[in-house]
Amino acid sequence: MSTPRARELKIPNMTRREFLQATGALVVGFSLAGEGVAQRLLAAEATVGKTLDPNEVDGYLAIGSDGRVTIFCGKVDLGQGLRIAIPQMAAEELGVAVERVAMIEGDTALTPDQGPTGGSSGIMRGGVQIRQAAATAREALIGLAAARAGRPASEFNAIDGEIRPKDGGKGYPIGDLLGAKRFGLKLDPKAPLKDPAAYAVVGKPLARPDIPGKVTGRHVFVHDFKVDGMLHGRVLRPASVGAKVKDVDENSIREIGGARAIRINDFVAVVAANEWAAVSAARKLKVSWSDERALVGDDGVRAWLRAGPFESDESLVKKGDGKGAFAGAAKRVAAEYYWPLQTHGSMGPSCAIADVRDGKATIWSASQATHKFRETIAKVLDLPKDAVRVVYLDGSGCYGMNGHDDAAADAALLSRAAGRPVRVQWMREDEHGWDPKGPPQLLSLEGALTDDGKISAWRTEMWLPKATASLPNMPLLAPDAAGIVQTQGITTGLISQNGNPPYDVANQEVLVHWIKTSPLRPSNIRAPGKVANCFAVESFTDELAAAAGRDPLAIRLEGISDPRGLEVLRRAAALIAWQPRPVPANTGIGRGLAYIHYKNNESYVAIALEAEVERSTGAIRVRRIACAHDCGLVINPDALRAQIEGNILQTLSRTLHEEVKFDRSRVTSVDWASYPILRFPEVPQVLVDIVDRPKEPPLGAGEAAATPVPAALANAVFDATGVRLRTVPFTRQRVLAAMA
Amino acid sequence: MRSWPGVVDTALQIEHGGPMASIALHVNGEPRNVEVADASEPLLYVLRNTLGLTGAKYGCGLGQCGACTVLIDGEAVRSCVLPVSRVAERKVTTIEGLGTPEKPHPLQAAFVAEQAAQCGYCAAGMVMTGAALLQKKPAATLEEAKEALAGNLCRCGTHQRILRAMTRAAGRTVT
Repeated sequence: MSTPRARELKIPNMTRREFLQATGALVVGFSLAGEGVAQRLLAAEATVGKTLDPNEVDGYLAIGSDGRVTIFCGKVDLGQGLRIAIPQMAAEELGVAVERVAMIEGDTALTPDQGPTGGSSGIMRGGVQIRQAAATAREALIGLAAARAGRPASEFNAIDGEIRPKDGGKGYPIGDLLGAKRFGLKLDPKAPLKDPAAYAVVGKPLARPDIPGKVTGRHVFVHDFKVDGMLHGRVLRPASVGAKVKDVDENSIREIGGARAIRINDFVAVVAANEWAAVSAARKLKVSWSDERALVGDDGVRAWLRAGPFESDESLVKKGDGKGAFAGAAKRVAAEYYWPLQTHGSMGPSCAIADVRDGKATIWSASQATHKFRETIAKVLDLPKDAVRVVYLDGSGCYGMNGHDDAAADAALLSRAAGRPVRVQWMREDEHGWDPKGPPQLLSLEGALTDDGKISAWRTEMWLPKATASLPNMPLLAPDAAGIVQTQGITTGLISQNGNPPYDVANQEVLVHWIKTSPLRPSNIRAPGKVANCFAVESFTDELAAAAGRDPLAIRLEGISDPRGLEVLRRAAALIAWQPRPVPANTGIGRGLAYIHYKNNESYVAIALEAEVERSTGAIRVRRIACAHDCGLVINPDALRAQIEGNILQTLSRTLHEEVKFDRSRVTSVDWASYPILRFPEVPQVLVDIVDRPKEPPLGAGEAAATPVPAALANAVFDATGVRLRTVPFTRQRVLAAMA
Repeated sequence: MRSWPGVVDTALQIEHGGPMASIALHVNGEPRNVEVADASEPLLYVLRNTLGLTGAKYGCGLGQCGACTVLIDGEAVRSCVLPVSRVAERKVTTIEGLGTPEKPHPLQAAFVAEQAAQCGYCAAGMVMTGAALLQKKPAATLEEAKEALAGNLCRCGTHQRILRAMTRAAGRTVT
């Protein structure tokens, strides 16, 4: 690994106070507005040194002598409600009140590595592991009580923080039984789970603990976190993607008291004790950059997807005799769909605080994957993994990998250079301009119909950027600019799923043309790939229905044999009083629906909506959206509902408004005027119907509900106008052009 | 001390440079004098860093998203583009001054009742904008709420819950 040098630093002598501060690195002063977080962090400090083994009960759970339970959770609450839902799961199995359960999230010194928080896996994987730990713990506690009472374990229950004999009599408080000791037990995969029929906590719409703090300004986000002696940093991103520094004129910020420039090769930043001084200095600092023009530009992406450079082709589905079915078809239909690059669009630009001193590093970050990120940042800093601690603090909603890891790397390099803790918050233009983007997608579909209007063959061809196999982490901006070697490649999430029709079509083929790169650095964005794939597949299903002269609901119901799929489709349609029609109403008001069996093996979601198209302006107004959602067992129906509503409205925004604009050099949509999103006056009524299936395992929920939105809208626009929209976003200009 | 050989010999000493101007503010019912090096420093930075009131958030610095909204003499204002010098002698109310978790403003209580936050980064701005509307129109309609909040952006898609909270606080029936 190369060891780049910070240059152009003017280092004054250190005061005694600063020396003491700097050498007393272990004593970190938490200066916090919210006592809740201070207590949480200080309580957390006391447990440093506990096991992080994901196979050990003690990895996940600690019970104090007062019977209070602390959960150590590798998954984090990004606003989706895990902070209540996972304690509900644990409280249920342990037989304790949920108020007596606290949860520590995403701290590499305290929580087991349960994998990144993404793909709606929080409950399905993270929660289920912790539930098993709680069930194992409960059985152990019952064993302890049984031994004390000299009676068989089968005669006891865990209720209300006690292990009680089923036939009445004195109970044993769980805190007494364990005596604040550790369990020393492996997770028992066979530890019995509570019968869902007896659930008292799971399934209840309990309020999230963080909301009172969030609506009164007391909740501490990573943006609000302060460390003693902390400097504020701002990074100057290059004037064009890939540009090199030609010159930095530090005199240009001379008049800004206390601001200093730091340069490590092409990584240029300013630091100052005062945040506004850092912002002002970053604006004033004169840097001359090389002029790079290597990008394809937003108007060139579609052609670029067709042209490659390709890495490989992959056949995802091949069944039946497509050739024969197409040859013998009564009708053939073909269409092409395009989804543009989009940004995560976090309301709060990414932020992190790093304290890198004395061969150790602590990073406070909104990372979705603190354990994974620890390895990445350790490599960047050339430190052993064990010398680095990454602590999760709430960020602004990220919906996939926004700039949070980049901001942490910025802060880490600056802290190391400055020898003091550094907080970096990106500016708006940094987040819009430099967060990794959702990759573009192009799909070409072809279908065949029999003369009695059945779908006999289906072919999907996709052009997609190929995620690099076993890439340890998305390459980060700061190390790249600083000349620190990191593994190159791209990350996208699993973007080729759900390119197949979710219907019984005998002859099917799904083929991907994998492209080696992406037009701008990509990353996972909400429901990676599946939003665009469902847009294409479910719009095209409607195109086939129209060609066959059949009602869109009827043709779908006919193609589904799974009763859970049928149930959500019927319920969604009923919520908007579905009107069967074989041809578009063409009245300016239309209804549409779409369906997904997420990843072909997770949640079932159907969305039906009603929309209005103003022919004179091309404006689309969605009147109401209905969603029927089956994710198996529901842990917290209100938190689930919030996730479903949020996914629907965010995807409506992505469908109506969003496309990253960029020229040959840089992203040009760098604020909310050039990258508009959904606003309140456009917000339709959202109806959510949850199918609760307590006997089924809990499945990933939330992002599945995003995926049917674009097709349901395109299908409603078709019903309203007879016009088919195949390119996102559905801007007024695009709608007008389609109707012309 | 030398954590990164060849780069930094000592911890970087950085002080506030230049002369400081003193500005008399009135924040959440109390007089607060602040010293600033640059009188054009936006109110947001002074609230968050000098006064430790971190409820108002930096979202865009352009007055486009509303995350930084505070009340100035009762009006909802974007503190990210408002120089602190312009606020002298005027009454500033931040989300912290509106209510507390123990004693919330009726709109804050309605946000809790409707669980109207996901990540919550925009929440303070939503509450402040909504509170300004309710101050003027205590029984604001759904349409009035949508209009008032048209300049406040939410990325999590919590709009419907925020509107429900507004409806509830306006004493109307939540549907």
